[in-house]
Amino acid sequence: MNNKNKKISIHIAKRPPLPAKTVTLLYIFAIFLALCFGGIFILCLGVNPFKFFAKVFTGSLQSKLARVALMRIIMPLFITSIGVSVAFKMKFWNTGAEGQFIMGAVFACWAAFTFENLPQPIMLLLMAVSAIIGGGLFGMVTAFFKCKFGTNETLLTLMFNYIALYIVQLLRDGIWRDPAAGGFPKIAQLPENAWVYQLGGIDMTWVICIILYIIANIYFSKTKQGYEISVVGDSQNTARYAGMDVNKIVMRTMFISSAICALAGMFQVAGDGTSHTLTTGIASGIGFTAITVAWLGKLNPTGIMAVSVLFGILEKGCGVAKSTFNLSPAVADILQGIILFVILGFDFVITYKIVFDKKNANAEEKKGENA
Amino acid sequence: MNTIVNFMFAAIKAGTPLLFGTTGEIVTQKSGNMNLGVEGLMYMGAFGGFFIAYKTDNLFLAMISAALFGMLGALIYSFLVITLKANQNVTGLALTTFGTGFASFFGEMLIEGGSPKLSQKMTELLSEKPIPVLGEIPFIGKILFSHNILVYLAIVIALIVWAYMRFTRPGMKLKAVGENPAAADAMGINVDITKYVHTLIGGAICGMGGAYISLINGNGIWNNGCVNGQGWISVALVIFASWSSAKAIFGSLIFGAFTVFQVRANDFASEFAFLSFLSKIPNAIYVMLPFVITAGVLIVSSMRSGGSDQPASCGTNYYREER
Repeated sequence: MNNKNKKISIHIAKRPPLPAKTVTLLYIFAIFLALCFGGIFILCLGVNPFKFFAKVFTGSLQSKLARVALMRIIMPLFITSIGVSVAFKMKFWNTGAEGQFIMGAVFACWAAFTFENLPQPIMLLLMAVSAIIGGGLFGMVTAFFKCKFGTNETLLTLMFNYIALYIVQLLRDGIWRDPAAGGFPKIAQLPENAWVYQLGGIDMTWVICIILYIIANIYFSKTKQGYEISVVGDSQNTARYAGMDVNKIVMRTMFISSAICALAGMFQVAGDGTSHTLTTGIASGIGFTAITVAWLGKLNPTGIMAVSVLFGILEKGCGVAKSTFNLSPAVADILQGIILFVILGFDFVITYKIVFDKKNANAEEKKGENA
Repeated sequence: MNTIVNFMFAAIKAGTPLLFGTTGEIVTQKSGNMNLGVEGLMYMGAFGGFFIAYKTDNLFLAMISAALFGMLGALIYSFLVITLKANQNVTGLALTTFGTGFASFFGEMLIEGGSPKLSQKMTELLSEKPIPVLGEIPFIGKILFSHNILVYLAIVIALIVWAYMRFTRPGMKLKAVGENPAAADAMGINVDITKYVHTLIGGAICGMGGAYISLINGNGIWNNGCVNGQGWISVALVIFASWSSAKAIFGSLIFGAFTVFQVRANDFASEFAFLSFLSKIPNAIYVMLPFVITAGVLIVSSMRSGGSDQPASCGTNYYREER
């Protein structure tokens, strides 16, 4: 306390919301900064970062084959991220996207195996409906416990991921075991009438992405339900005072969130990327990556689209760049991690400001001493 | 009898990395930080431990290195979550992505530089050998006192953490911070420092768990995907053990038993006629059970009137001006 007159109080205060344009510019700067950090990392490994990033970018777009592979990374990631963002807007921490994705694929396969002779359009529709209802309910169970008993949703949905994963294994080793595989445990390929249509050299999941992008934009900003979600997210008490049925909104929103994740799973198994076969690796972490994508995209469909593309390019491009620079494709994970860390850090700059005030500090301290 | 002894022995061996991870995550969560990055921390520790063990042949340095790598991950997490008040879930997941990539990236470099295999001396040091006298007790000696040295380290750490929380002042302060940071702050406890210290310690313990996986489970050979979900199981085990590292010792044994049971079910079925049904249960059920039970524990504990044992502030950041 000797250096009282030297003491400067530093405290953090919430800043009034910055204009949307500034925020966007700040985030773009943050990604640039993150790529700089990543570049320094790459430089330390003795690789020219400019050449590396150029290769990552051109490599992921260099041929039709590469572009199709890139789209296959982006599409499920985008759909799942939109699904996650619906729950996250309500501050319901759905970490169960991975499991909901898997269950979507499972229910879609169930429909395809049960009604195997339907014509393709009806079959696909039935698979989608089955994934939406099955996967949606699978996620809604967790919301039910949250509403009823206040069970921690982050941890509960996390457990459900693994339950879903082992359900696939159970089916693979049991009733869905493919007798034609000669003792090798695998699930049979979907019948051809359950394959997603081709459009423009790739399965037409991308059309679903665009439709979902439009619907999500409208849903969040133009509908009553979208408004309810944001009110519940801001404060459950406010929502209650306003006469909203919070439990109903939470369960409904979680149903929608997990139904979208499940739909992504359905398109993954019925699309080209997985040779139309359900495996235990069907989701392989997409559900977890989607959470980070949704967050980086600020739960905004346009932002999510941008981040999905960025992550897709990194993942695909680092795979291509391996042969040129002899760097493991795992560098994509490291770069994604760095981008996340930097943007999470930037959230601070956008929400808070640091206040240095000398006078107040002394006054406060005196007040404290007197009391 | 041999079947049972071997099974118990294998269960303890399989449960130990989970015990490290769980103890680390308990310390972390008690400070109010729900770090979902255990998987990433374990990967970083796995690499850090293996690399030093491979280069220096010194187990002590290897474990220190594993702890430091775990701490490094926890430091990134702490800075973002405590100082910059970033979302805990997302930061944890980012740490998992980063840690997994980190280990497999540098692991790949290790593999390319010649197949990385621990020296004879190192594997000898890490081998399972009975403790003199105690190891000779029939049955118990084999089950409890014939393990590799790191198994005992895990148990000792878990017990120290348990005693620390129960009997020491800093331990009490830690709990106060986790339950109600505003009240702890008013009592004059430095909330941020408490959170930093314990999240870092927790990260260090998780990192050692990673080293256990790369040094013991890998039979002395580096494998890029070695942790393979055990970090996530550790998070589940925290709930199962209701945030007590003493209970976690038994919890890890049970979870370990489930993981080895799929391999051993046939032994049991052939040895005991009344257990013959065991071999008919699909493997997937055994591996799924820990998660089903944990989900059940989570739900049941939230139904109790007192609420769950989870530290009340866990998952939310403390922002002084908002209290």
